[in-house]
Amino acid sequence: MNAARQNRFNTIAAHGALILYTLIALFPVFVIVINSFKTRKAIFREPLALPSADSFSLIGYETVLKQGDFFLYFQNSMIVTIGSLFFILLFGAMAAFALAEYRFKGNTVMGLYLALGIMIPIRIGTVAILEMMVQTGLVNTLWALILVYTAQGLPLAVFILSEFMRQVSDDLKNAGRIDGLSEYRIFFSLVLPLVRPAMATVAVFNMIPIWNDLWFPLILAPAEEVKTLTLGSQVFIGQFVTDWNAVLSALSLAILPVMTLYVIFSRQLIRGITSGAVK
Amino acid sequence: MTALTLTNVCKSFGTVEVLKDIKLTVEDGEFVVFVGPSGCGKSTLLRVIAGLEDATSGTVDIGGTVVNHIPPAKRGIAMVFQSYALYPHLTVRDNMALGLKQEKQPKTVIDERVGKAVEMLDLGAYVDRRPSDLSGGQRQRVAIGRAIVREPKLFLFDEPLSNLDAALRMNTRIEIAELHRTLSASMIYVTHDQTEAMTLADKIVVLRDGQVEQVGSPMELYNNPANQFVAGFLGSPAMNFLHKAPLAIPKNGALGIRPEYLRVQKDGRIKGTVTHVERLGGDTNLLVSTAEQENLTVRIFGQDSTQVGECIQLDFDDQQSFAFDEHRQRIPA
Repeated sequence: MNAARQNRFNTIAAHGALILYTLIALFPVFVIVINSFKTRKAIFREPLALPSADSFSLIGYETVLKQGDFFLYFQNSMIVTIGSLFFILLFGAMAAFALAEYRFKGNTVMGLYLALGIMIPIRIGTVAILEMMVQTGLVNTLWALILVYTAQGLPLAVFILSEFMRQVSDDLKNAGRIDGLSEYRIFFSLVLPLVRPAMATVAVFNMIPIWNDLWFPLILAPAEEVKTLTLGSQVFIGQFVTDWNAVLSALSLAILPVMTLYVIFSRQLIRGITSGAVK
Repeated sequence: MTALTLTNVCKSFGTVEVLKDIKLTVEDGEFVVFVGPSGCGKSTLLRVIAGLEDATSGTVDIGGTVVNHIPPAKRGIAMVFQSYALYPHLTVRDNMALGLKQEKQPKTVIDERVGKAVEMLDLGAYVDRRPSDLSGGQRQRVAIGRAIVREPKLFLFDEPLSNLDAALRMNTRIEIAELHRTLSASMIYVTHDQTEAMTLADKIVVLRDGQVEQVGSPMELYNNPANQFVAGFLGSPAMNFLHKAPLAIPKNGALGIRPEYLRVQKDGRIKGTVTHVERLGGDTNLLVSTAEQENLTVRIFGQDSTQVGECIQLDFDDQQSFAFDEHRQRIPA
């Protein structure tokens, strides 16, 4: 910021607001993490206290890890999330490229049709989806989840990416055509690297709802060997007894991978935002 | 041999006709410039020649082969774009080599041709850099290099100098002219800048609204424009058109006089007041409002002391004026 335009009061106010928001946003996460390291009694006695020598306990983590299948759940969630993101980005970008690049009859109608999914929640079709999955024998497979999440993520992906694809220089694509590159090479090696920030945005938007989803895993893939992490954590929540240590530990562990993914994508995101402004 | 023949080329986008019945020949080794105001279809015509757009009807013939159904890469052309359009992820050398690699040329041929182009364009110090590390002028030279290594039958330039600043534009213009002399290749060059058109072209094609207005050498068009549009488009400052008496003016037509053919003269036929003076050092432009409320530009060579508000009289030689009829066509003298 320019020193001449800097105003001490404004700076402090801005930082104050940001710090306050950060605290509010991080507070629930903080409570989950500290309580996951405490004994059951300590959790209820003083939920906001930090773990002390007395109250420190790893019992929750032990329960979770002993539960045995926890790593499997973890792996299932990872496969579903990454698989879905891969297909959303691949097919979303391809459809967006076609819509942005080629003139054909019904281009606009097709674009609107693909964007329609943004307005209609996919859960409305749950019964039909379940019937389809039963008929195709995909119930209790990870493919069922990957396919549903891909369908769920595509409309927004196409919508955002086609807008960015339009901004990629026509000259560049034409230079590729004159040099004899195929349309696939033009798409993968010229256009995709230039819309990377938009891809990261789409990935972040889609990643967290998929990772946290309970609805479709519960309906389409409740079997033990295909349970996702969110569904798996439900075993600790009972109608009468809830193993809070285990629940909090499982949730703390579940934060880690999604945070790692977020860090990877958000670097692209920030680079995308600043590259236009600073260059 | 002819490098390019266009026969009745038409192009429409939906119901909008962008190119109307274009007929044109480019001889081997000729430097042809398409010039016209923006939206006249000159870039579209270039893209049709390149194969980036399909002609709605008519044939495009490059070096004796009809190429209507041949993809751009196999037409024997190379193109230089206004925005350079370098591949951002490749080094200068790889940018130049990509087209040849796609043609499956042996590595020795690629190295030799890229080496020659690098030397010709003085890019030796930059071959391993990425386009983002180069200045605008250097990027455009790389883009030209990428075209040279293909050894095309026909070079296509799409307003290559529009993104460069004035000094660089002149240098690059001279480089392109030299390039044309060394390679003696056929080139088509699209621009809206008439200076580029006049200085580079063997043959200028003036386009308007998707139609060819006139084709000829720069001096032919300057001295002998076919219609009022061509007369007004070429020359800077632009030609003056008088529509009102006291002179002999064709009915509903116009009389065109180039600014440099007007002279200040005591008993001149045109009376007017100076409304503005542009002193350029080498010459002086007077903007004059005539007694009939028409605006004229007078170009005086050297420096001149005329002041704004002065009443002056102007005259010209009749054989240096151009008469146009009511359809804006030239009336032969």
